[in-house]
Amino acid sequence: MTRRERTVDVLVVGAGPAGLGAGAELAASGAGHVEILEREQAAGGIPRHCFHGGFGAGRIGGGAIGPVYAQQCVAAAVRAGATLRTSVTVTGWAGPRTLDITGPTGLERITARAVVLATGARERPRSARLVPGTRPPGVYTTGELQQAVHLFRQRIGTRAVVIGHEPVSHAAADTLRVAGLDVVALVTDQPPSPLPAVPVRPRHRTPLLTDATITGLTGRERLTGVALRHRDGRTTTLRCDTVVFTGDWIPDHELARRGGATLDPGTRGPAYDASYRTRATGVFAVGNLLHAVESAGTAAAEGRAVAAPVLRHLAADPWPTGRPALAVDAPLEWIAPNLVALDGSRPLNGRFTLRTGRRLLRPFLVVGQDGRVLHRERLLLPAVPNRSFRLRGDWLDRVDPHGGTVRITVH
Amino acid sequence: MTPTITATGALAHSLRDGDGDATTYDVTVIGAGVVGTAVARELARYRLRTALIDGSDDIGNGTSKANTAILHTGFDAVPGSLEARLVRDGQRRLAAYAVATGIPVERVGALLVAWDEEQLAALPALAAKAERNDYHAARIIDADELRAREPHLGPGALGALEIPDESIICPWTTPLAYATQAVRAGVHLHLNCRVRQIDSGQDVHTLITTRGPLSTRYLINVAGLYADELDRQLGHDAFTVTPRRGQLIVFDKLARDLVDHILLPVPTEAGKGVLVAPTVFGNVLLGPTAEELDDKTATGSSADGLALLREKGRRILPGLLEEEVTAVYAGMRAATGHEDYRIRAYPDQRYVAVGGIRSTGLTASMAIAAYVTELLAGTGLDLGAPAELPPLTMPQLGEAFPRPYLRAELIAADPAYGTLVCHCERVSAGEIRDALTSTIPARSKDGLRRRTRAGGGRCQGFYCGAAVRALIEEARP
Ligand SMILES: Cc1cc2nc3c(=O)[nH]c(=O)nc-3n(C[C@H](O)[C@H](O)[C@H](O)COP(=O)(O)OP(=O)(O)OC[C@H]3O[C@@H](n4cnc5c(N)ncnc54)[C@H](O)[C@@H]3O)c2cc1C
Ligand SMILES: Cc1cc2nc3c(=O)[nH]c(=O)nc-3n(C[C@H](O)[C@H](O)[C@H](O)COP(=O)(O)OP(=O)(O)OC[C@H]3O[C@@H](n4cnc5c(N)ncnc54)[C@H](O)[C@@H]3O)c2cc1C
Repeated sequence: MTRRERTVDVLVVGAGPAGLGAGAELAASGAGHVEILEREQAAGGIPRHCFHGGFGAGRIGGGAIGPVYAQQCVAAAVRAGATLRTSVTVTGWAGPRTLDITGPTGLERITARAVVLATGARERPRSARLVPGTRPPGVYTTGELQQAVHLFRQRIGTRAVVIGHEPVSHAAADTLRVAGLDVVALVTDQPPSPLPAVPVRPRHRTPLLTDATITGLTGRERLTGVALRHRDGRTTTLRCDTVVFTGDWIPDHELARRGGATLDPGTRGPAYDASYRTRATGVFAVGNLLHAVESAGTAAAEGRAVAAPVLRHLAADPWPTGRPALAVDAPLEWIAPNLVALDGSRPLNGRFTLRTGRRLLRPFLVVGQDGRVLHRERLLLPAVPNRSFRLRGDWLDRVDPHGGTVRITVH
Repeated sequence: MTPTITATGALAHSLRDGDGDATTYDVTVIGAGVVGTAVARELARYRLRTALIDGSDDIGNGTSKANTAILHTGFDAVPGSLEARLVRDGQRRLAAYAVATGIPVERVGALLVAWDEEQLAALPALAAKAERNDYHAARIIDADELRAREPHLGPGALGALEIPDESIICPWTTPLAYATQAVRAGVHLHLNCRVRQIDSGQDVHTLITTRGPLSTRYLINVAGLYADELDRQLGHDAFTVTPRRGQLIVFDKLARDLVDHILLPVPTEAGKGVLVAPTVFGNVLLGPTAEELDDKTATGSSADGLALLREKGRRILPGLLEEEVTAVYAGMRAATGHEDYRIRAYPDQRYVAVGGIRSTGLTASMAIAAYVTELLAGTGLDLGAPAELPPLTMPQLGEAFPRPYLRAELIAADPAYGTLVCHCERVSAGEIRDALTSTIPARSKDGLRRRTRAGGGRCQGFYCGAAVRALIEEARP
């Protein structure tokens, strides 16, 4: 097999906001030859097909629309001097920091002094959610829907049901309306919440069905309906020819995992510390790969923030071993970062990011290690599912570097 | 010769188009599943005007698209049955054919795992049964060896019967290879062509189809779940197909390292039970269920079925349940209440019925085809001397062999093979183009998935769904 073999200083996999942010900052700060690889024909990641505002600065109401934001990220990386290549796919590892690549110009094997993984996240499709029933056409995730409508201008259908109730679910509903569909309902298995998880959009009064689980899809040549069971046992079938499964994120962790970066059981992204170091030596990770899913602005900020630790690593900073892990107890779902850096580095903006599986009214969080309490904090606002909340990180100095897992519990 | 493949329009018209003024086929095969396509391929070796017709818009779109994709040795068949003989013979034929044409096969071997003393005690009898089925390589292994061979097995396994020759195969390339060879050799393929009624005359049968009438001198009924209904049209009451649904869960490729063999349960009264098996695409299968239904179209999955599979799977391979699910599907076995195939020739009717091809039809397909051809000759049709079919190379979909995205020389010759469209399955633009313009082109997303794997991966279209649909639309005439 003939592969062109090359070396670079830093190889960034994925040209979404995170990878582009990393590439831009690294190239600007003199990391040497920084190369960003993107498998799609165009760089920019998910925002390329998010045709709505709110990207970058001033998230609610402000900021750019996705494609414009994507273009800004691309321009910044190129301007800074990073090499950006599209239509090239990283297909696997040939060594600890050596990656195999396929592209129209052939096969390559690139060895880097540091690798930054920024492969993003996707929504779990219907199959992964084990929704039974038939397998008719008309079943989407938001990612597929947005591309179909905005990038390919394909016909979708007439009546749609959206599964999920998080920001992306509303983005999906908007896209469906743009495509001329009636949005019959948004469906969530969560209880009704006095506090909206998403800023209410009074323009559209789509019914929100709470406490409802989807029990099956019907239809053969085409989807004909979505069957639901309500908490009180009632069952209904919503007639529709289109259903969009939104949210329920999973990091695209294949490369990370195959490269020996063990996963955090909560996020399902690679376990990482505040310096974005995974458990694989020389392999950093940023963006939604770490925690599905945060805003594009957060992903880009993480990308930029990885530059300093990568530079330290290139300057022969040893890779840490034996970092205590951070773990959460139910109903908390995950915390990120989830390894303790031990070198004093702090998470982005000094705060950890957490998610809960159940609504918590002003939760009282306790951080402990081996029976010792490191920190207590009462949050002022409720924590709700599918939306991150933060925890201060100033107690990190009190972690015993040789101790066990640091646990975060709710009281 | 340009292959004759039609999917629209009146049949009578198609026949004249392809063959001058001929209006009657010598032989018509109803049903283009793995068995029907194998029969058509076998007939393609003779100088006959043969038609292969199917009610669906693609070949292999019935039971044949949804099975467990195992190339069986037949070690556990009913000794002395027709099925036992044809499975054994078919396994040899298909294994050789797969090598010749590039159908992915991996000889991973099977382990029949005993989870309690009773099952352990049943292994010697199963080994003896294998012997009676002329399979001599079966061997009982103890708990330690079992654990060494399958370290991720759940606790409590006491031993196993090893069947080293059980293999996994690509279920989609197989009928596609048969059909491709058949139509290239002159067999007419008519899709979207459901037979509604059969009028049998002195010398010809007139098939009333959704695309108009078709006349044929000889008739082979390989209609799978519907073979009994057509058989009745010809005046027989030989068997009744009761569909037995099998639901399956496909786990992510990242689970592939958890299992090295096909892990079979020790069979019980209730059937063969739930297995865990690798696939040639690098995934792991869990299933199937066995549910007697009366609706032949009920190929959906159910909450109960999936819950049952997960419960069984947790016992067999606990780590599997931690992995992501890629797909869920269900297939229908054509059970007849008889422990054997129902293949029979009716010489005075110039008719062969191929029914009850239950849960081994993929393996036995080539042997069934040879047997049916023999029966056909016995009904009085002069077949003439068989010819060799021109060799065929199928697109390589298996994970154990280099796929196009790994082949430098291929990409150098055509960069489209280095341009990936479906990222999860690493399907290139070149492969998609080829599948849309091949002898039997893909007409739908599902058809394209079965030919290339595009869209069949873990994201189920999140990344590539819209792009793939665009390519299909572009290819439409
Ligand atoms: C439908 C949807 C709507 C959203 N709406 C908003 C919003 O309104 N506002 C907001 O701020 N955020 C929004 N987000 C979130 C935002 O888009 C993400 O946070 C951001 O895109 C994450 O950036 P990333 O770089 O981590 O990942 P991505 O943008 O997903 O980029 C990852 C890139 O890596 C590439 N890649 C993966 N594997 C490989 C490989 N092996 N080889 C080469 N390349 C590879 C992918 O092709 C992709 O381009 C939305 C997300 C989605 C899915
Ligand atoms: C869950 C499951 C697991 C299995 N596992 C294995 C395995 O591991 N190994 C193995 O060897 N076998 C296995 N099998 C069995 C194997 O899949 C079948 O035996 C085989 O696919 C049967 O092929 P067929 O051509 O007879 O039927 P089908 O594939 O169903 O083909 C029949 C065709 O006839 C067409 N048709 C029907 N009626 C009409 C009509 N009136 N007019 C026109 N066309 C018509 C249909 O459209 C269909 O395409 C399994 C089966 C199931 C269900």
